Amino acid sequence: MAENFMITLKIDGVQISVPEGTTILKAAKDNGILIPTLCDLEGLTPYGGCRLCLVEVTGSPKLFTACTTPANPGMDVTTNSERLKNYRKIAVQMLMSERVHMCAVCVANDHCELQALANQLGVNHVAFERHFTREPIDSSHDFLVIDRNRCILCTRCVRVCDKIEGVHTLDLKKRSKNTEVIMDLDEAWGDSCSCTGCRKCAKVCPVGAIYIEGEAMSQTKNPDVAEFITARRNRK
Amino acid sequence: MVNNDTAEKKIVINPVTRIEGHAQIDILLNQDNTVREAQFKVTDFRGFEKFTEGRPYYEMPAITSRSCGICPVSHILAAAKACDSIVGVNPPKTAVKLRRLMHMGQLIQSHALNFFHLSSPDLLFGFDSDPASRNVFGLIEKYPDLAVQGVKLRRFGQEIIEKIAGKRIHPSEWIQPGGVRWSLSRDRLDYLQDELPKALEIAENTLAMFKQMLSSFRDEVENFGNFPSYYMGLVDSDGGLEHYDGKLRIMDKDGNVVAECTDPLKYQEYIGEAVEPYTFMKFPYFKAVGYPEGAYRVGPLARLNVASHCGTPLADEEFKEFKRLGKNGVVQSTFHYHYARLIETLFCIESTKKLLEDPEILTEHVASRAMVNNYEGVGIAEAPRGTLIHHYKVDIQGRITWNNMVIATEHNNIAYNKAITQVAKKYVKTQQLQEGMLNRVEAVIRAFDPCLSCATHAVGQMALAIKLFDANGTLLDKQIR
Repeated sequence: MAENFMITLKIDGVQISVPEGTTILKAAKDNGILIPTLCDLEGLTPYGGCRLCLVEVTGSPKLFTACTTPANPGMDVTTNSERLKNYRKIAVQMLMSERVHMCAVCVANDHCELQALANQLGVNHVAFERHFTREPIDSSHDFLVIDRNRCILCTRCVRVCDKIEGVHTLDLKKRSKNTEVIMDLDEAWGDSCSCTGCRKCAKVCPVGAIYIEGEAMSQTKNPDVAEFITARRNRK
Repeated sequence: MVNNDTAEKKIVINPVTRIEGHAQIDILLNQDNTVREAQFKVTDFRGFEKFTEGRPYYEMPAITSRSCGICPVSHILAAAKACDSIVGVNPPKTAVKLRRLMHMGQLIQSHALNFFHLSSPDLLFGFDSDPASRNVFGLIEKYPDLAVQGVKLRRFGQEIIEKIAGKRIHPSEWIQPGGVRWSLSRDRLDYLQDELPKALEIAENTLAMFKQMLSSFRDEVENFGNFPSYYMGLVDSDGGLEHYDGKLRIMDKDGNVVAECTDPLKYQEYIGEAVEPYTFMKFPYFKAVGYPEGAYRVGPLARLNVASHCGTPLADEEFKEFKRLGKNGVVQSTFHYHYARLIETLFCIESTKKLLEDPEILTEHVASRAMVNNYEGVGIAEAPRGTLIHHYKVDIQGRITWNNMVIATEHNNIAYNKAITQVAKKYVKTQQLQEGMLNRVEAVIRAFDPCLSCATHAVGQMALAIKLFDANGTLLDKQIR
């Protein structure tokens, strides 16, 4: 019953009604207002990791992640102020400086959500010191490859593996900028006994961190796969 | 290195202009002000062989091609061939034809760039003319039709690359170990076929014009790196001109085939690499003879020297005429690199025509799929400037553990030094620094068309500083243009 209870709020000056429990991000998207995001993906549990979907809510000095904040009745949300644009630019630059993001020689060049977002936001330089990590590439799997130097820790792969495929091969180890995506108990991917080779991690990876060897990114990438499978499962 | 007993003074040309990359030339003088030796110094340091370690082998076409913005396609192909040999598969026939076709585009655009943009100002305005107008802008002003033809010819080459592989520079997404990612569409093929006759006409006219001018450069032909050396280049199974695959042939000054390398993995049995302290560029040499006597040349001149024929009608006619310039068909003046380059351009356009008319060119099966099967792979292709070798070793996961790239320009390194020494001895009189004589020293390098990095300095805007030092390092004379 609760699903049908509608609430009304204002996003960027537009009055909109959405079912109770809807996140600000979804409420905005369903009404044609696009808020940038890298970690969020419909069909997966919201994570709030990339900090790109930050929005302002009138009456509160702090910023809210639109992907994890439920829309409340009477809320007045701003999604695109100068302050937010600036913060988003900084967030993208921080992601780019944390590891190795060399678009020109990346397998995901032209098919990368981080690159596209940087272009969209007008990020034409990185103001922070770049950290050129030299994590060994794991290509021990028959066709799946992980290059952790390109990982932005959005955890889409971890969530899709857990929630959609249901095997939870992927998880995280360590903390902060040293965090790493691991397979099983930190084994080489080729030695993982739980991985089913379903490729969904590669399909949803927003950058070139997980990919399929020998396959063009245009063929691999399909972030809508999570939403698609979830919708099929919930079909009555 | 300057020996104070025999050489008192040094002239430095830094940077050398209108070449691809950064270099300087040092001219070392004897006490009596005669030229003792000239050294070609490459001042760039890139480090590709080291920083590619740990990267997956299939990224190599994309990474290594970044070493050059002029001939990325050649790097992509050499890298892809090395990757083919790592996965141990043969690409489908159509993929090979498409790769060849793209390479023809590369050769056409690069040869047009060298001839029209970089070298023709020297030939048309003369070596002693004012450097302020002796560049591509001067060319546009005085010979607008020729300049436009140059731009058009280069565009045709670039368009071949773009139509096949998606973009003009660094089209590495298209290539993959075991083939290519997508086939050629009918409308793109039709476009290239429509454009081809114009390009062919430009190539023929340019060659005719060059041959007419040749008689006025007798002095240069005689003194521009006119020395015997070995020559190296790929030839096909019949000994014909080849740029993509085939056997590596080494020929001596008299036209005898002294070595033929049929297995790319064994190239190191034929070629050694020496190192000198004054430059970042290595000195490859023919191993059987040793360093530095085993100096060999690569590039258009060497390719025409080692080949027995071209294989296309118009180019074959020109080829026969060209061969008459040398004893036993071996042309040794570096000045004739220009001539050879124009014949090759003609050959490439004719080959493009042949490939575009091939009934198999539109076939959609263009990739074989495979995984790492060998831990070592070598790819050899003929870049516009000569033989290009990529040699990789990988671990079981396909990560590069060792990388050796022998770039076309490197092969000629010993020859550069010989050639500039010869030109300096003939033209540099050290009492005063004259524009024309120093430009001739530069121009001989330009004839080789070296590609020292990814930069193009097509316009003579960079300062050319020439310095004259005495034995104590005191500056005696300086000219900046």
